[in-house]
This record gives sequence, structure tokens and C-alpha cells, in this order.
Amino acid sequence: MSVVIIGIGVLLALCLACGAILGFAAVRFRVQGDPVAERINALLPQTQCGQCGYPGCKPYAEAIAGGDRINKCPPGGEATIQALADLLDVEPEPLDAEGGEKPPMVAFIRETECIGCTKCIQACPVDAIVGAARQMHTVIAAECTGCDLCVEPCPVDCIDMIEVGRDLQGWAWERPLPPGRLIASDAERAA
Amino acid sequence: MALPRITSPHAHGPNRTQRVMLLVLAAAIPGALAQCWLYGAGTLINLFWASAVALGVEAAALKLRDRPVAFFLRDGSALVTAALLALALPPYAPWWLTLVAVGSAILFGKQLYGGLGQNPFNPAMIGYVVALVSFPVPMTQWPAAHAVGLLDGLQQILGIVTLPDGWARATALDVLKTNRSLTVEELWQNPAFGHFGGMGAEIVNLAFLAGGLFLLHKRLFGWQAPVGMLAGLFVMSLLFWNGSGSDSHGSPLFHLLSGATMLGAFFIVTDPASGATSPRGRLYFGLGVGVLTYVIRAWGGYPDGVAFAVLLMNMAAPTLDYYTRPRTYGHAKTQRGFKAGD
Amino acid sequence: MSMPKLWPMPGGIHPSERKALSNREPIAQPPLPARLIVPLGQHIGVPARPLVGVGAPVLKGQKIAEAADARGLPVHAPTSGTVVAIGPQSYPHASGPPAEAIVIDSDGLDRWVPLAPSGDYRSLSREALLALIRDAGIAGLGGAGFPTAAKLATGSRIATLVINGAECEPYITADDRLMRERARELVAGIEILAHLLGPERVLIGIEDNKPEAIGAVSEAVAGTPFMVVSVPTLYPSGGEKQLIQILTGLEVPSGGLPADIGVLCQNVGTCVAVHDAVLLGRPLISRITTLTGEALQRPMNVEALVGTPIKDLLAFAGLDERRLGRLLVGGPMMGFSLADAAAPVIKTSNCLLAATPEELPAPPPAMPCIRCGDCAEACPASLLPQQLLFYAQGEDHEQLQAHNLFDCIECGACAYVCPSSIPLVQHYRAAKAQLREQADRQARAEQARLRFEARQERLRQAEARKEAERQARAEKAERMRAAQAEAPADDPLARLQAKKAGVGDEVKKLKIEASMAQVALKKAEKQLAAHDTPELQAQVETLRRAAEQARQALDEAQAKQAAEPAATPTAAPDLKKIKIEAAMLRAQIGKLERLELPDNAERAELERLRTALGTAEAQLRALEEQAQPAPAAAPNDDLKRAKIALALKRAELKKAEKTGADDEELAPLRAALVEAEQALHRAEAASGRPAPEHVLIDKRPVSAEERARKTERAYARAELHKLERDPAASPEALVAARERLARAEQALAAQPLDS
Repeated sequence: MSVVIIGIGVLLALCLACGAILGFAAVRFRVQGDPVAERINALLPQTQCGQCGYPGCKPYAEAIAGGDRINKCPPGGEATIQALADLLDVEPEPLDAEGGEKPPMVAFIRETECIGCTKCIQACPVDAIVGAARQMHTVIAAECTGCDLCVEPCPVDCIDMIEVGRDLQGWAWERPLPPGRLIASDAERAA
Repeated sequence: MALPRITSPHAHGPNRTQRVMLLVLAAAIPGALAQCWLYGAGTLINLFWASAVALGVEAAALKLRDRPVAFFLRDGSALVTAALLALALPPYAPWWLTLVAVGSAILFGKQLYGGLGQNPFNPAMIGYVVALVSFPVPMTQWPAAHAVGLLDGLQQILGIVTLPDGWARATALDVLKTNRSLTVEELWQNPAFGHFGGMGAEIVNLAFLAGGLFLLHKRLFGWQAPVGMLAGLFVMSLLFWNGSGSDSHGSPLFHLLSGATMLGAFFIVTDPASGATSPRGRLYFGLGVGVLTYVIRAWGGYPDGVAFAVLLMNMAAPTLDYYTRPRTYGHAKTQRGFKAGD
Repeated sequence: MSMPKLWPMPGGIHPSERKALSNREPIAQPPLPARLIVPLGQHIGVPARPLVGVGAPVLKGQKIAEAADARGLPVHAPTSGTVVAIGPQSYPHASGPPAEAIVIDSDGLDRWVPLAPSGDYRSLSREALLALIRDAGIAGLGGAGFPTAAKLATGSRIATLVINGAECEPYITADDRLMRERARELVAGIEILAHLLGPERVLIGIEDNKPEAIGAVSEAVAGTPFMVVSVPTLYPSGGEKQLIQILTGLEVPSGGLPADIGVLCQNVGTCVAVHDAVLLGRPLISRITTLTGEALQRPMNVEALVGTPIKDLLAFAGLDERRLGRLLVGGPMMGFSLADAAAPVIKTSNCLLAATPEELPAPPPAMPCIRCGDCAEACPASLLPQQLLFYAQGEDHEQLQAHNLFDCIECGACAYVCPSSIPLVQHYRAAKAQLREQADRQARAEQARLRFEARQERLRQAEARKEAERQARAEKAERMRAAQAEAPADDPLARLQAKKAGVGDEVKKLKIEASMAQVALKKAEKQLAAHDTPELQAQVETLRRAAEQARQALDEAQAKQAAEPAATPTAAPDLKKIKIEAAMLRAQIGKLERLELPDNAERAELERLRTALGTAEAQLRALEEQAQPAPAAAPNDDLKRAKIALALKRAELKKAEKTGADDEELAPLRAALVEAEQALHRAEAASGRPAPEHVLIDKRPVSAEERARKTERAYARAELHKLERDPAASPEALVAARERLARAEQALAAQPLDS
């Protein structure tokens, strides 16, 4: 009988000791990571376009941290979904947007038509439009996130969303076909 | 003027995968000839049968994987696997044994991993080990030199007749392995032994050495892997060579010229896809194969250990690559791995 | 010639050199091209700004475009002639899109601008010398075309100046011929650079497959401390980093510059250009270009003017178009294929290679990587190309960076040796571009996030400020109310007494005044009785009147004092009281009315109450009218209403347009919108109150009418533009819109300008 008691006692002591060590380690060596919402926010494209249904990227990041779906960001597209899926360790989902993934855009104000109403300036989430009342407005292309929030408020519809083209210096080679994946295979399959 | 738009470099060296494979096949010819001279047409029949099986299985697998069949068959890698396996299997092995070995090599060793270049293990060694583990008896029946005629051999291969006992006999490594009482001096009286190594095996090994040196001369692979393997085997056998007593594991020379040593050193460990890729990694890879081969020969359950040693080292190859990454130009020291967020 | 120690370079390959094709003939002068295309941006950075207009005559060497920023370079006219165009022209680039350029039609005279050579550059300051080099438009002629002055202006101390004459790329012999023929100029150029940098040693690295060049340069450097070093032929030993490693054993740190290790590398061609600029005053308007390849009948080196169309040069070298398989700018290892031979030669075009299909066959289809490791052995940067390929295919960006993808110099040695013919360099280029783009996106996202957060913060602060102001106002109002309420709050009776006392005081004062006036009058009457003078009579009269007035005032005040308690102190409590009174009366009337059988007394009471209620209500109405503010806001309300109406109409129209309503349905809506607009304008005119920002911003006063007309014109123009852009717009609508615009413009024009 005493063997049983000794055994239980030893196990109990072991449990307490280990628990104490683990508890100490948990407090002492705590890893201070970014809150998950911050890390999600870092992956979002920060266009602040609100196409996800939230007023900006950070609110959406907080919503994702709170359990919302990760596929609501059209500007980020598949790449962002993949990154979010990797971060949160969930399955990537197809993009939930009507138009699908859109190429990067930049707003352009047709300046002859602008009546200087400042509505777009108020709508711009990143202050990328300059101008004053009754003065022509213009978009700082380098700061524009292409969120198209300025298009709707314009009373004279003088704002266009233009696809961002690549210039000579931004041009790059495309990825070649992976080895073994070749034109010959197509030819063979067609034959 | 519609000129093609291709990224640099526009010039290309003469080397091609196909050429590599053909050179390997050419370098195997001396070894094959030596085997034919010793054991008769069995090796030749093996070669043809194995090649046919390999091409058939490869084509079927490619078809199933919806890949261009003719394009990949032309690369010659299936033929190389078949040839190496045919030279490693005992001559006059029954047809089904070759079928199983070559079929497993191509199917399980290569195609299931994604085909050429994707295999983590040497396909020929996979086939060999599958056959050795499944059918140990026919796999160890090496014929005595000049013992079997063409017709008998053919019948044996096809399983029509079973040759009388005595056509096959234990190899020198077998004899050494099972030896309990005889000293090495006495063992050399055994017909299984030749001048330096196993009877016949020494000639075959020398032939493979010649082929390997030809490949080395052609710069098909670096010297690191073969030298590493031979050095590993040599050093181990030298360290544990305790003269000629009955508990001896054999002399270094004996080990270098017995079993599949030279075939392995020049045709198996030099397989690029399943081995390490950096020169230093290849040296270690070869050394590992050499050491493991000796360990298995001396203390393992099988008389020869090249196949197992190669497979074991295949598993270690990524680790070897990881630890032998060269220092990139302009970097103070080798960077290993990566930290997330770097 | 003592041989300095050479260090080994890892990797490298020996492609067939094919240099004998073009290095036999001396450098030729091609005929002057009829038309030159001079691109404004010939290197990394912002393109230069043109200084000349179309039609302007230019002289050879005249500056025709100025650097757009500190790191840019000016552009000079390569020959005399006329500027015929400034705009996008074909450009030698692998992708083929055009780039801004100045097109010059040569006049055939090749007249120079007056040159200003600086005879003694040693007397010039460092800055002046650098400015001279920069103004001459000198860029690195070896490959990347980095502005030379910017490279020379490095802050670090340069211990070793490396002059790159290795020219390791196959086919190219431009530097070879240059060193053979212009060794003297080369050495003079190096002397200028050495004077600028003050290095401890100058090493001129030349590959040992150019013995004539080594001989010529060795001869020219005699008597100088410069050292000619023959380096073993091995591609890519001419790469800047590789040559530095071979000559000095030092490695340029990853991501750094050679200057970080005290080394500076300049191409031999650049040195000659520096010589020309400083000692002859000539800007960089030409370069030595190798014309080679088996599709040319006369391969050679030419001194080509920058801007010469490539096809002119190829024609000069006898291009056989039928044999042409691939046209490259640069060598076969690092050059790029060109789709358009109309593109010009630029400062970095060191070679034009017209290859036959047999010479440079199309690459065979790529086989899977068999991890042979040949690429790793060939790599001069000791990378693991097979691993990089693996990660590039998997788009594993972290591993790509961990395997130092960005240390790849794209020399092509790996792809050259690859037995599987994998276009490794293209994989790396694509992966690098992807990584760069990703980094760029991340930077932009970060920037957008900061701006967004800054804006949120600004809005929040504005809101907080407004809130604070609102609160302050509310508090103030509260305080005032409290101050007002204080006295009556504790005792209404006291207040009444105080008021009474006030009135009493006044009466007392008036009494005193009246009695004093009386006394004065009496005194004056007494004096008048004694001495009757007209002055005294007048004085008495005045005093009497004053005394009379004082008594009257006193009487009035006393009467008022008597009436006071009846009157309520202020209007507001009046209103309230009457309201309460009326309500009570109404209640009593209601009560009486509900009686089923009222007796006479009750009926009389009811009648009296009704009359009283009538009076009270009349009183209430009068008071309420008085209390209401002036009805001046009415026009503003109109304006607001008009605005709302306009917005509603516009929304309606937009909705209809979106739902795809046809013109018939849209027409009335549009009409309604126009009407609403006009109503708005009328209201604006009627309000007469300019928008507050109008006062602040419009310096020139604009009348309401004019503004209305201008707005009308803007709307009309916007509508027209919108319709014009819309392919589905009906012609009628277009016509209508045009008419509207025309009307609006007429209305605006009809208005006198000075209004």
C-alpha cells in the first residue's frame, strides 16, 4: 500500500515541479509577437478602398482576426489571400468579388472638366488628391492606391481609373515555361 | 523582320541531358562486355529485357501522367536505369525478377516522384533493393564463370527448366560473410576468389573502373563522389583489416574490387538527381556511401551493401546540401536556412 | 612589367570566343546617317529634358537636353542638322516599346559647336572637373551606362583604380580595337581619373586573349605608375565584381559598391571618353561598336554616332537579311535580342551581333533539371542556380532571398552549361522582377497605411476640436443661463423689491432735481425783482422751463411706479404665462362644455372664459410673432431645397441610366434635372448670399449670374464629354448636349466682361 502512496506522491511532486517550470517559462520567456490583427494588416494592400465592406484595411484586418473570411480583398487578389492563408494557417479561398482580381489602377482627373467641388478630396482615404474649392484638382499618382472611392462622389464624372502601365524601366521578363512543360506536349496532345 | 525574342544567354554549351545519358551507356560497355565474357549471354539478355521493360513502363507512366511520351523517352534516362539494373542483377535471373526490379525502379523510383530529376532515390537501386528484399534467393545466385550456355541460360531465364544445382555459386563476398573458421589464406583457395577480389568480379570491377575513368575524363561528373566512395571504403577496410584471420573482413583491395564497388562508385553515386549537388556535398555523399557499404558488408545482414548505402545516403543528400552551401560572392559567411521575416 | 598576384575567380566558362571575326580591321567611320534618333534616357534614371524645339537647328556637340535630376546626364547632338521630331521613338531594349527621343535630320556638314578644351585640368577643382565630365554626358561604356561623374563622386577613399579592358564576352572586340588604336588617349584619360581619385595603384586588367592590346597599352603606360595586368581568359572575368576579385582578391560586399572596399572600376572606353571631354572638350556623342556575326559580310568595329539607326550600321557592314537568325545588342552571353532594327545605337551599345540561325540556334525545349550541379560550378558568384530555379518555380520568395538571388549578375554561365537547356537567367530575371515588385507594393502599402492613418488622425483631431468648441459654447451658454437664473432663482419677491427700489431711487433723484430746480428758480426770481435785466429775464425763463420739466419727469416717474407691479418684467415669461393661462382657460372651457345641463351662471361663466381665451390667444399670437426671428432665412431655405431637389433629380437620372432605361424615359428626367439646375441657379441668385468660401477664395468678385452661367457651362461640357466617351450615346443626345454647351457659352460671352 505504501508503494502506491509513494508512487502517487512522486507523480504528484513531479507534476507540481513540471507545472511550476512550465508556468515560469511561460511568463519568463513569453514571445512578444505582433497582435495578429497587426500582422494581417501588414499583408493587406492598404488601398483603403472599402471593397471588403469595412471602412479601410485595418478594420478588415481586425475583422479577419475576429474570424471573418480572408477572400474579400479584390485589390490584393490571390496573392494576398495566399499570404493570409499562410499566416492564419487556413485554406486559401477563391476571391469573393464580382469583377475578380483587378490590375493596379490609378485615378486620373480630367482637369478641364473638374469644377473644383472638393468632393473627391474628401473621399480620398490617403489624401492623394490636391486642390481647393473652385480650383482644379489633381491626383498625386504616386500616392494613389487606386481604390476608386473618388469616382462616385464626383458630380461631373471627370475621374477615370487608369490601369498602371509598365514603362521601360519597370519592364521585366516573364517567367519561362517550367522545364518539361513544353510546346511539344501541346502538339502531342493535339495529335 | 520577325526576330525571336529570347533572353540571354543566346549561346549555349554543347552539353545536353541526352548526351550525358548516352555517354553513361557508352561507359558501361566495358563492364557489360566483361560480364558477357565471364557469364555468357545472360547479361546481354538481361540488358535487352530490362531496356524493353523500362521503356514500356516509362511510356505507360508518362501516358498516365499526361506528359509528352516521345519527348521524355528520348532523354535516355530510362535506358540508363535499365542498363545499370541489368548489370547489377545476376545474369540468368528469371525474367519476372528483372521485370519486378526494373518496373519498380521506373515506377516507384522515378515516375511516382514526378519523373526525371524529381526522384530523391536512385531508381536503379530502388529496383535492386525491392528485388533483393523480396526474392533473396534468385538475387544471390551468381553463376560460376563460363558455366552456363546460351540455350540453358535462356531456358533458365524463361523458367522453362531449372538448371541443376551447381550452376550458381556463392560469390566471394558471400563466402566471406558466412565464413566462420577458415583463414583468409584458406579462403583464397575457394574458386569464388580470384587474384585480388572475387573471381570474375575483379575483372568486371576493373572494366567499370575503366568506363568510369572515361566519364571522368569527359567531365560528366566531378571526381568528388567516386573518390569519396572509394576512399570511404578503402579507409574503413584498412582500419578494420586485421590481417588474414578467420574473423577478417577482407583487405582494402579485396573490397575495392569485389561486388558492385566500381559500378556504384562511377555509375550509381554519380547520379546527380538523387545525390548531393555541391562539390563538397558530393565528397561527403561518396564518403558516406563508402563507409556504409563497408559497414553493411562487414557487420550487416547482406553480403553487399552498395544499394542500401546509396539509398541511405540519398536520404541524407538534402542535409548534406544544406550544410555544404558555398559562400556567395560578397557575403561574409555562408548563410544557412532563413528566418521568417528576414 | 612585374606581374602582380592574381586571385582565382570561382566558376566561369569558356564559350567559343569568335573574336577573330571582327578584330582584324581597324575602327572604321561609317557614313553620316541621314537621320539620327537620340533617346533622352540612355541609362537608369529620369530621362533628360529637351532644350531645343522641333525645327531648331543644332550643331554637332551642342547640348540638346539637360539632365532632369542630379544623377541624370545631358544629351548632345551627334551631328549638325535640324531637329525634326521630339517624341516616342524606337529604342534598343528587349521589350521593344518606344522611348522619348530627339530626332535630328543631319545636314551633312557635321559642323562642331565651338569646343572649349580645358588645357590644364590639374588646375581645375575636383568639382569643376566632375561637372565637366558630367556635362559631357559620359556614362559607363562597358554595360550598364551608369553616369561616370556620379560614380567618380563617391565619398569613399579609393585605394585601387581598376581599368576594365577584359572584354570577356564572346564576339565583342570594341575595347580590344580601342586599346590597340587609342592607347595614348586611354592612358591620358586614366591620368585624369587618377588625378581625380588619387588612388594608390591603378590596375589595367586585360584578358590574355588580346596580346596586341596588352602590348599597345603596356607601351603607352611606360613612364606612368599604372600597371597592365594580363588576366586569364575566362567568362565572365570582365564583370566589374569579378575583375575586382581577380585583380585585388577583394569582394564587393553584397548590395554594396566597389567604393565600399576602396576600389573603383572604369571601362577603357569610358577613360577615352573622359580624355576627349577634358582635353578636347568633346562631349560623348559617339562610341566604338562592334558589328559582327556571320550574317554580316564585313564584320568590323565602327565609331558610331549615338543615335545612328542600327539598320544603317548593319547595312554598312553588309547584312545579309536572309541569313539573319537573331539580332543582338551586346554579346551572346548578356546581350538582348532586338525586334526592331530601326532602333538607334546608344551610349551602352557595345556590339551589334547579327547571327545566323546556325550560329545561335533557337534553344531546344527545356528538360527537367537533373540537379547535375554544372551550373553551380560555373557560377562566378558561387550561387546554387539549381536551388534558385527550384525556388523560383515555386515562387518561394523567402528562400530565393535566403539563397541570395540578388547576388546573381545574370552573366548566363549557368544557362550556358545547363544540359537541360533551362533558361535559368530568365527564371531569375522574372523572379527578381517579382520580388522587386512585391517589395515595391509593400512599400506603397506601407506608405498608404501611414497616409491613411495620418488622415484618420487628422480627421479625429478636427472632430475633437469641433467637439471641444461645441462643448465650450454649450458651457458658456450654460454659465450665462446660470448667471441669469441666479437672482430670480432664490427669491422672485426680492427681485421685485429690488426693481421697486430701483424705481423708487429714480423718483427720489427726480424729486431732488425738481426741488433743486425750484430753488434755483426762486433765487433767480428774487434777483430779477432786484435788478430787472434782459439777461436775468432769459435766465429765469430757462430755469422755469427746467423746473417745469423736472416736475413733469417726477410726475411721470411716480405714475410709472404706480403702474409697475401690474406689468410683467420680460416678454418671455409673458409668453409662457399667457400660454399657461390659455391652456388653463381651454381646460376650464372643456370642463364646462362637458357639463350636460349647464345652468345660467355656468353658461355666463363659459362665455366669459371663452372671451378671455380669445384675448389670451390673440395676445399669444402677437407675442409669438414678436419673438420669432426675422424671416431673412427664407431665401436660404429655398436654396437648400433647390439643391436637394437637384441632387434627387440627379440621383434619379443616374439610377435610370444604370438600370439601362432608354432615351425616352431618360429625356424627361434630364429635363427635370436641367430644370432643377436652373431652379438652383435662381435660388442662388435670389439668396444673394455668396457661398462663404467664395468670399475667401475668389479674388476677382464674380457675380451670382456669372457664376450660374459658368456652372451651367461646366455641367454642359461635362455632359457632352460624358456622352462623347460613351459609345452607346445616341446622336440626338449628343446634339442636344452640344446645343446646351453652345447656349451656355453664348450666355457667358453675352455677359459684359467687366461685370
